[in-house]
Amino acid sequence: MTVAVLAFYAFSIVGVVAALMVTLSRNPVHSVLWLILTFLSAAGLMVLLGAEFVAMLLIIVYVGAVAVLFLFVVMMLDVDFAELKSEMVKYMPLGLLVAVVVLIQLGFGLGAWATSEGAMGLRQAVTPDAAVTENTKALGLLMYDTYLYLFQLSGLILLVAMIGAIVLTLRHRKDIKRQNVLHQMWRDPAKALEMVDVKPGQGL
Amino acid sequence: MGFFETTLGMGVLMALQSLLIVGFVMISLLFLVYGDRKIWAAVQMRRGPNVVGPWGLLQTVADALKFILKEIVVPAGADRPVYFLAPMLSFVLAVLAWAVIPFNDGWVLANVNVAILFVFAASSLEVYGVIMGGWASNSKYPFLGALRSAAQMISYEVSLGLIIIGIIISTGSMNFGNIVAAQDTGYGMLGWYWLPHLPMVVLFFISALAETNRPPFDLPEAESELVAGFMVEYSSTPYLLFMAGEYIAIWLMCALLSILFFGGWLSPIPGVADGFGWLLIKMVFWFFMFAMVKAIVPRYRYDQLMRIGWKVFLPMSLGWVVIIAFLAKFEILGSFWARYTMGG
Repeated sequence: MTVAVLAFYAFSIVGVVAALMVTLSRNPVHSVLWLILTFLSAAGLMVLLGAEFVAMLLIIVYVGAVAVLFLFVVMMLDVDFAELKSEMVKYMPLGLLVAVVVLIQLGFGLGAWATSEGAMGLRQAVTPDAAVTENTKALGLLMYDTYLYLFQLSGLILLVAMIGAIVLTLRHRKDIKRQNVLHQMWRDPAKALEMVDVKPGQGL
Repeated sequence: MGFFETTLGMGVLMALQSLLIVGFVMISLLFLVYGDRKIWAAVQMRRGPNVVGPWGLLQTVADALKFILKEIVVPAGADRPVYFLAPMLSFVLAVLAWAVIPFNDGWVLANVNVAILFVFAASSLEVYGVIMGGWASNSKYPFLGALRSAAQMISYEVSLGLIIIGIIISTGSMNFGNIVAAQDTGYGMLGWYWLPHLPMVVLFFISALAETNRPPFDLPEAESELVAGFMVEYSSTPYLLFMAGEYIAIWLMCALLSILFFGGWLSPIPGVADGFGWLLIKMVFWFFMFAMVKAIVPRYRYDQLMRIGWKVFLPMSLGWVVIIAFLAKFEILGSFWARYTMGG
């Protein structure tokens, strides 16, 4: 058994166990921490596949930013978790149904990718030789050369979504005092301070 | 086939190299803490540590021993597994990033293509040590400190990342070896990236201060507001691990500044031999700057910190990425910005 195989089993077992623990753990904060471990194992598997750029992006974006926000929100929830857990049985069938649907979809997608007639040709057309180019470069060429318009379009959709989220949640409260930073920065000490030479025993 | 070419031998060799790096980091840590206190004391016209060992040099050893020998006090309401995991995590992640840092031409444990991203990923994970520690303590001040630190570290990572992208565009590679090689133009220190990327050096330094929770951005542990922030409930060895992790992260930022902007192991004068000594001198210089900032600059207010991160640094670094992309693409001033055209 080579080191790579050993590493593969280590990462996948840790990944699967951590994913199970996400759902089984009693404390939601622990669930998020297990989720982070799942992400990290997935990143490890990607490194083993030779996709180190994607692995690092997964860690930086999902673990370093998205999961932090998850953790943030879950930590601040004020919910009675014991009560929440007792309702787990009620939601179990729905959860299982979603899981089965996702599994079937993945099966269709990957099955078509593996078995359809043109698949081999497509894969070879898209993938540059790993020995010749680094995968950062390969991904960059695909995104910024071959599929530039699609990439720009997806960026535009994300921008619209972002603006939408901001507009939906933006509200200006008039009843609170706000800091005006420029006002604070341009404050002149000469106008705010008065130097006084206080005589002993006299005060001001 | 020699022993060091078998799988086992390679493993042993790797372990020894890792040990060497950890040794370097830990020994430098001893003197960093000492140096930090000495510089801080000198600015305030005090003597600083001067009792243990010659000139107080062994003060940190004595402190470390004290931390290890003391009792670990765990708060009654603490979430014990997470409470103990947090300091270990912050220490391990701080050391982890050193795996890809080169100390000289070819002196690197893992010569990976995406070295910069690896360091960036490791430093973006460091926030977990802080959040987990703050939450698991089950206490008010640590939790507030953890929330502050999460927001702060995420905000400044964005600008750090964008500054690094400028360097990557200039070099055309994410490998530290290539980045240093791209700064070797034969003009000594004039060829290093601090000149073409001048405004970003300042931004990187300030962002590094914020990313490592150093003064003037030490809001997560501001003692006048939050006692000691996320570390309030920690004592003994777990506290030592947090502190060590923090100093190692600072040392790593010094190494990054030296490698990305100041030519790593290249010598500043053409003709003088390059070597590990130059990198060490540069790192010590940047640590001196970190210590001086701590001694001189008063602490920021939290809203000022967030404002300067999102409204000043982010637009500036984003704008610089756009500018640098054009300067490199159209090869303005030859290979001044487009180092990847130099060949080799």
